[in-house]
Amino acid sequence: MKTLLTISDLSICFDNGPKVVDQLSLSVERGQTVALVGESGSGKSVSALSILRLLDERHASYPSGQILYNGEDLLKANERRLRQIRGSHISMIFQEPMTSLNPLHTVEKQIGETLELHKGMRGPQARKRCIELLELVGIPEPESRLKSYPHQLSGGQKQRVMIAMALANEPDLLIADEPTTALDVTVQKQVLELLKSLQEKLGMAVLMITHDLSIVRRYADQVVVMEHGKQVESGPTGPLFSAPTTPYTRNLIESEPPAAPLPRSGNTDVVMTASHLDVHFTLRKTLFGKVRSSFHAVQDVSFELRRGETLGVVGESGSGKTTLGHALLKLIPSTGTFSLAGNELSSLSQKEFQPWRRRVQIVFQDPFGSLSPRMSIEEIIREGLEIHEPANRGQHEASVIRALKDVGLDPDARHRYPHEFSGGQRQRIAIARALVLQPDLIILDEPTSALDRTVQKQVIELLREIQARYGLSYIFISHDLAVVRALSHKLLVLRHGQIVEYGEAENLFRDPQQPYTRELLSAAFFYQSTTN
Amino acid sequence: MVALTPIQRRRLANFTANRRGFWSLWLFLILFGLSLCAELIANDKPLIVSYNGDWYFPVIQQVPEETFGGFLPTETDYRDDFISEEIERNGWMLWPPIRFSYDTINYNLDVPSPAPPSADNWLGTDDQGRDVAARVIYGFRISVLFGLTLTVASSIVGVAAGALQGYYGGKIDLFGQRFIEIWSGLPMLYLLIILSSIVQPNFWWLLGIMLLFSWMGLVDVVRAEFLRARNFEYVKAARALGLGNRNIMFRHILPNAMVATLTFMPFILTGAITGLTSLDFLGFGLPSGSPSLGELIAQGKANLHAPWLGVSAFASLAVMLTLLVFVGEAVRDAFDPRKN
Repeated sequence: MKTLLTISDLSICFDNGPKVVDQLSLSVERGQTVALVGESGSGKSVSALSILRLLDERHASYPSGQILYNGEDLLKANERRLRQIRGSHISMIFQEPMTSLNPLHTVEKQIGETLELHKGMRGPQARKRCIELLELVGIPEPESRLKSYPHQLSGGQKQRVMIAMALANEPDLLIADEPTTALDVTVQKQVLELLKSLQEKLGMAVLMITHDLSIVRRYADQVVVMEHGKQVESGPTGPLFSAPTTPYTRNLIESEPPAAPLPRSGNTDVVMTASHLDVHFTLRKTLFGKVRSSFHAVQDVSFELRRGETLGVVGESGSGKTTLGHALLKLIPSTGTFSLAGNELSSLSQKEFQPWRRRVQIVFQDPFGSLSPRMSIEEIIREGLEIHEPANRGQHEASVIRALKDVGLDPDARHRYPHEFSGGQRQRIAIARALVLQPDLIILDEPTSALDRTVQKQVIELLREIQARYGLSYIFISHDLAVVRALSHKLLVLRHGQIVEYGEAENLFRDPQQPYTRELLSAAFFYQSTTN
Repeated sequence: MVALTPIQRRRLANFTANRRGFWSLWLFLILFGLSLCAELIANDKPLIVSYNGDWYFPVIQQVPEETFGGFLPTETDYRDDFISEEIERNGWMLWPPIRFSYDTINYNLDVPSPAPPSADNWLGTDDQGRDVAARVIYGFRISVLFGLTLTVASSIVGVAAGALQGYYGGKIDLFGQRFIEIWSGLPMLYLLIILSSIVQPNFWWLLGIMLLFSWMGLVDVVRAEFLRARNFEYVKAARALGLGNRNIMFRHILPNAMVATLTFMPFILTGAITGLTSLDFLGFGLPSGSPSLGELIAQGKANLHAPWLGVSAFASLAVMLTLLVFVGEAVRDAFDPRKN
């Protein structure tokens, strides 16, 4: 085997700041998969971008190091040479399929562009190659897809088109920057398996950047672990996973969420029931307000939730999970009935529902978007108190401090602004905002999806602890089944707005009845089962 | 002193960190403060008169000429030689540094007006023999007051209109936008010209008419910000907490729109000042005789052989507008939460 890419002692700085990447060394051999692993902010993506010199060099500089591609130092190459290499010898696929394709061009034009640039192919010849490539990445009926625009494709198909573009010139090295993070689990598995088979077929090397260790374990030959820009550990995958030498790596590997929720405390009273819940979205109306076409986002959903219990709601994107959560909070109108502790709520007006709001709270997915950036933490948390307990204003500060302590944050943090906190800390603040009202039920809408695995685990631990302490009920909405399993006593599987399966989580995970549930579970736990 | 929260303290620190804006604010405040006491700086009445052991304060009280041995029961003309000699003989007078008000005509000029700068008239006189320095001070004051009032009023109207359109969307937004499109098509200048043939436009008339049109500048930025922010998760979270629409708009979305508004504000302010100046320049502005920088520019244009007219007007406008823009930049920095 021959070494294709060697990075030695690479350091990267931005605007004379501290080193973002410090003394990184790795090598990729022909046909091999090397994984660059670390949490967000560890410098993985910056390192990957530096290989093709895609960083903005008005700000970025390389104080030390070499990037040797077939013996040629890319850090010394000129722009012309780099353009020859990019897309032809080394190509890259990005994390976000929604924004990595130009929405104004057809699939054919986007793939054809790289072909024309590097091979001078055009016309019928280029079209034939496009069809070949689309076939290669497993897009059905490639001829009819040539004229499609990105918005006409699903997320998985977009990522396949991205891969087709990257492979168009048969590169020696493919850099995949979190290629599946934005995709649903079932699609994630398909895309990764596709990459693996293509790699074997074409004999190219892959440098995979990811934070998901279960993927690494299955696909990578070599692993490089990074923390805060420094290389912590590297080596062949097997030994590294079985005997990690540094605590950081051990922590990463052991950050799998627990496999079962805490047991519930006996038979408690019912907190929330919903029956035959429906949500329609109006797509078009006639001039006189008559609905011409509508979209059925949630259909005929019923469930029952007891005190201290968690209902997991799972499904792929677009299955109506979030819509269901919003309907229960009356943030969007719905039909059907739901009640809280025996009180019928679905028929109440917004005004009548107002006092009930303190008993049902929500925590959102995006820790960056769910906190008002211009309010201090104290203002954010006490806002609910000001609405629901305007009388004892003097108690508010004490309540805020208690809520912050409950979620494991320093009470002094309350004078600061959200942007000074990390993603995990922000999610704790969002939980504190819900908790300070002492609700009966918290709807958790993908609260851990935007977090790193290790932080995810901490948040899950926190949620379990709070649930045990206050006897809270959760509705836990997520696409990540490993996380759902760690919290849920009951499970509701949604697909296209309809219930596929509903029952005790334990039974459902052990013995799913529906083929769709089975598929979902096998995709989610595929990586664990193949390696453990 | 009122205790500041850490947040306010940081905003203040951000503001002072912009040295240029910080010093511009001080300089502007000093100039504005001085111009507010214009009557004590440039006036044709003395500040204090001591006559036969009695004290008079002509700036704040009317003293008839009979008091000082004159013949008329009307207010004293202290610049009259007979009166001033009479007072000086039986007491003394304390004059402000500039012995002319904005409408005082200097009849003792050695040369035909406009007269060049001299020890008497520091910046010379205009073509009616009025002191330019006095007119600049009074003109500065009226420009700034007009600009500030118009900015505050049009910001309130514009932010409210933009907020309602952006937050509620739908029909309100649709009709509001069409109304603005039609309204902005109305020619403001012609309206003013027509109006000035019906009434004599004064400060408040001009303010009202310019307000009818100037509020639209902010609507688009504020509306865009509200359209964007109403679907933010923290706005949803606030609704889930049970917050009412008005509170959501004020507390959660408006602070976001405030940065856009504050960045626009210096431009509205300078726009208002230049608007008033240009109307005065064209002769459709404040009633004739009022101290106005626009009128001074018009005089400078009419009297090219008297450069002190144009130069004084230009310099005072340039200093005022520049200071305001620098202050505006510093204010914008202060409210930026991402700035440490």
